[in-house]
Amino acid sequence: MSTHQVLPELASVPWRQPTDAHWLRRWARIWHAWTLLYTVPFICAGVAMIWLEPLATPVALAALAHAWIIPELYAFRGASVVRPKQPRSAAGEPVAQGLLGDLLGHDERELQRGTGLVLERGELGVWLLGEGGALLVSPGGRRMHCFCVRAVERELPPSDRIAHLLLALRVDEEGFATVANHAFAGAPWRVRRRMPGRMRPALDAARRAAG
Amino acid sequence: MDQTGHTTLAEWTAADDAAFEAALREFGDQRGLGYIGTVPEGPGKATHVRELPRDAELVIMRRPIAGG
Repeated sequence: MSTHQVLPELASVPWRQPTDAHWLRRWARIWHAWTLLYTVPFICAGVAMIWLEPLATPVALAALAHAWIIPELYAFRGASVVRPKQPRSAAGEPVAQGLLGDLLGHDERELQRGTGLVLERGELGVWLLGEGGALLVSPGGRRMHCFCVRAVERELPPSDRIAHLLLALRVDEEGFATVANHAFAGAPWRVRRRMPGRMRPALDAARRAAG
Repeated sequence: MDQTGHTTLAEWTAADDAAFEAALREFGDQRGLGYIGTVPEGPGKATHVRELPRDAELVIMRRPIAGG
């Protein structure tokens, strides 16, 4: 992937630090620490309440539920970046699908037709591009990042939206990640269970490619 | 790339000056509308172009991207 080109859209976010491998590792650690920070106290409180006063079990269960629900909501937010978006120009989709297919290799084309996501190998990891967002599986396949990013034209057919993101990604991978809004970082299994079923094989393929 | 999937704006060859001039005008018009010229260069690579390359096989005009 080219690293010499600079994405023109970077001019619209001059205040942002470049989203490079170092930034992604640091951000993954921050998300990991943050996840522990909002789950461990609820777990400790729930266990302590049951231990100190069994009659407080209903309240303890509510605390434990918080420890489960909050991380799930974050993972749901991460998975949502690749969910199909509205509105869409269905009439242009066959033509757009053809153009997108021309930009992909055989395996990636088949994967996209089955899952709706485009797999693209980069220097930061393995990307999965959807209509309105991107997933990045870090090298090794144990961490992933979710980004909200889209073409500014909202009436494009779904495959055209992906093609826009793919071309921008191929021009400047770090620039692409910098322009995108970071939505989530965490373990791939947390996101996978919140993804639509037809998209999960794409994440499995990305993890294999990243591993 | 547009709402119809994509539209062919211009076709030219390196030897056809008139066709290339027409393509240059179209390229400039599209840039004026906010489109960005991108040349796909095989798997994993593409180049942003500010001027229409005479020898490019394909130039795709795309809309800018932004964080959602």
